[in-house]
Amino acid sequence: MPNVPPLLSLKGISKDFYGNTVLEDVSFDVEPGKIIGLVGENGAGKTTLMRILFGMPVITETGGYGGQIELDGQPVKFKSPFDALDAGIGMVHQEFSLIPGFTTAENIVLNREPMKANFVCEVFGDRMSILDRTAMRTRAEKAIDRLGVKLDTETLVSEMPVGHKQFTEIAREINRANVRLLVLDEPTAVLAESEAEILLEALRRLAAQGISIIFISHRLHEVATVADTIVVLRDGRVVKEAPAAGTSVRDIASWMVGRSVDAKRPDLASRKFSGEALKVERLWVDMPGEAVRDVSFTVREGEIFGIGGLAGQGKLGIPNGVMGLYAGGGTVLLHGKPVPLNDPRGALSMGMAFVSEDRRGVGLLLDETLEWNIGFTAMQIQGGYLKSYLGGLLKLRDEAGLRKLAEEYIEQLSIKCTGPKQFAKELSGGNQQKICLAKAFAVGPNLLFVSEPTRGIDVGAKELVLQSLRHYNRDNGTTIVMVSSELEELRSICDRVAIVDEGRIAGILPPDADIAEFGLLMAGEVKQEAAHA
Amino acid sequence: MRNFKEFAADFGWPRIIIFFFLIALFIGAPFVGVSVSTSFSDVFNRFGQNAILVLALVPMVQSGCGLNFGLPVGIIAGLLGSTLAMQFGLTGWFGFFGAVAICLPFAALFGWLYGLLLNKVKGEEMTIAMYVGFSLVTFFSILWLLLPYSSPAMVWGYTGRGLRTTITLENFWGKILNNFLAVRIGQNFTFPTGMILFVALCAFLVYLFFRTKTGTAMTAVGSNADFARAGGVSSDKMRTVSVMLSTMLGAVGILVYQQSFGFIQLYQAPLFMAFPAIAALLIGGASVNKASMVNVLVGTLLFQGILTMTPSVINSVLQTDMSEVIRIVLSNGMILYALTRKTKVSK
Repeated sequence: MPNVPPLLSLKGISKDFYGNTVLEDVSFDVEPGKIIGLVGENGAGKTTLMRILFGMPVITETGGYGGQIELDGQPVKFKSPFDALDAGIGMVHQEFSLIPGFTTAENIVLNREPMKANFVCEVFGDRMSILDRTAMRTRAEKAIDRLGVKLDTETLVSEMPVGHKQFTEIAREINRANVRLLVLDEPTAVLAESEAEILLEALRRLAAQGISIIFISHRLHEVATVADTIVVLRDGRVVKEAPAAGTSVRDIASWMVGRSVDAKRPDLASRKFSGEALKVERLWVDMPGEAVRDVSFTVREGEIFGIGGLAGQGKLGIPNGVMGLYAGGGTVLLHGKPVPLNDPRGALSMGMAFVSEDRRGVGLLLDETLEWNIGFTAMQIQGGYLKSYLGGLLKLRDEAGLRKLAEEYIEQLSIKCTGPKQFAKELSGGNQQKICLAKAFAVGPNLLFVSEPTRGIDVGAKELVLQSLRHYNRDNGTTIVMVSSELEELRSICDRVAIVDEGRIAGILPPDADIAEFGLLMAGEVKQEAAHA
Repeated sequence: MRNFKEFAADFGWPRIIIFFFLIALFIGAPFVGVSVSTSFSDVFNRFGQNAILVLALVPMVQSGCGLNFGLPVGIIAGLLGSTLAMQFGLTGWFGFFGAVAICLPFAALFGWLYGLLLNKVKGEEMTIAMYVGFSLVTFFSILWLLLPYSSPAMVWGYTGRGLRTTITLENFWGKILNNFLAVRIGQNFTFPTGMILFVALCAFLVYLFFRTKTGTAMTAVGSNADFARAGGVSSDKMRTVSVMLSTMLGAVGILVYQQSFGFIQLYQAPLFMAFPAIAALLIGGASVNKASMVNVLVGTLLFQGILTMTPSVINSVLQTDMSEVIRIVLSNGMILYALTRKTKVSK
């Protein structure tokens, strides 16, 4: 056994996107018939690693990768996904790639359909041969049998439950004759718990038949039960490779999120809050991809309240719902007064402001000047920056006032630009983010929602953005609710951090709580009472 | 050279070419026996005649509803205004401003309904707008026959019912703006001061409107509807307001056109008013989602200049009648060109 080379061996894989390192010296082996559980936070590099393995064109377009991939001990370099397929690697993506109007069998054998020749072929060649429906069904059934699940081969994909769609995808991959390695990216994300159980069982069956599996999931207990080996990625490095036996979910969680530096927050002791600023009860928000199911929490006056969690769990839906940008329901009270939902104007009029996570889509008027961008909300909601003429009959934009406002914030937030008349689209990401902050500050809000304030901006700008939020909070006593995917960021600035999982608050922790606690909440392991902490 | 290239890219090659073409036509005119002073007079006349119709497109462009191919909706309201004013026997200044006063409520109502419709077809406004125009013009072709107009100046002589296809304004308010403070130089040149002043007034009012809170919100809706919504602005409301404004300006625009032209044109005539206006705005450098007063004024001047000069000069040169062909190629060509460059705006 020791002399047999592993099926797949990654050796020192590294990758950077335009100088931004996302993978560094990643190495691990996949033995035949074993299941590798690959875990890591968003942005840890899981997806990039799988793209490299699968020869996705985006990798070569951005300068290729470093290191070596070996298959059966032979170095390989896939130029396209087709090479990877030929080598026996199958991949099931997070999103379904099935044709809704086709049946299960048709989807499974798609583009590999068995054909029947007929007399027209004699004249026009093989392209005129017709589908062999019986053979198709038999092959599909064989693939489904290998999975050990029950699927009707004649059901249309559009009419089946999500669980069955997921099985159809997997069946399609293993229908290929030579498939030896299967990569599953978050296959259980869309499944109910019982369906996930069946899927895990199917995976074990496949492994027993000698197919190796790389299983990517953020549901740690699933990884812990199904995998033989667990590989933990963090910030593009393999931080841990451990056999699943004897590893607890708690261990994995702390490896996944743990940083070497502890969040030391000496300032916490001196922070005092009185009264409650915002009370959210049983909030639901219908935001595509970030649905909020049932969220209740209270934010105290003057505090910085953090909301974290993995992507797609609903943390972004909370501010968008409260500010009325997506349809929602429930009760939201600001200083005891009810906030109208589904009404952006109503929410803004109550003195709340929102810095959207979609900077370019929602946050900015890209084709307008910085003055407009900064002053717009203040003008529309509070009637600021308007000058009266003819005894109040006519109110026109106060261009001088707008320019002064813009200049103030350009100075205060050290925004790099040529002046208040520059167009917003010409600024860099970090400076655009500062414009978004300036727009919110200009309203003089009593409660500020900030969503993903540091997404897509460089490290230096990140620190500046966080600093200005911290100062704004300290100087004006403004309550801030900050939503971010970066736990470290939340822990460094917030007074309390709530973690959202599957559209619900999994728990609220003080920022200096043990890192493993956060990891467990993110992985949906513990459902704590929201009132905790 | 580089500066020139940047300038050209900024100003837009089509505009530069058209500008030089126009200059060339003016230079060439005397050599083929076309009077320059008459030509200038015609250009100013047609400029004033059409400018408000072009101006009427601006609010909808700014609010993101695209080019108002449904301009005939406003024109129909204008026609209602002028025919009713005539029916009531209003003449002179009373007649013109009476027509304005009568057409505005109609335009507001039509614009509101038209706006409601456009809010339901976001992204397809221009196609739908065109068919709204077609339908309304056809519907009113029936109404012009059926409505109980009775003024002998307007109805068909042989039946005594139904409006004529063209109605002269000669004894009502024909050329009333044109002749107000008109400056005559020499035999062939007349500057239509009153009409130009009225155009300037309208342009100034629209300019002021876009500096108000509502105007700012409207521009923001056109620039980024999501931004506007997050800023507490109802994009549907702003769009409806812009369509109403556009329709009302279109109504006033056709009244100014009529008084200068001297006739009210009914039935199918309104159908052919939208295209030249749109072509003029696009030649002026506007895009489908950004337009300014400069675009309107420069565009109308260039477009009407070409339309005035080409027929007379080219016809004299070639000894054939190409005017209509050139007119069609130019106006449709510009629309085609503009639709292919949806985002780029020149200053």
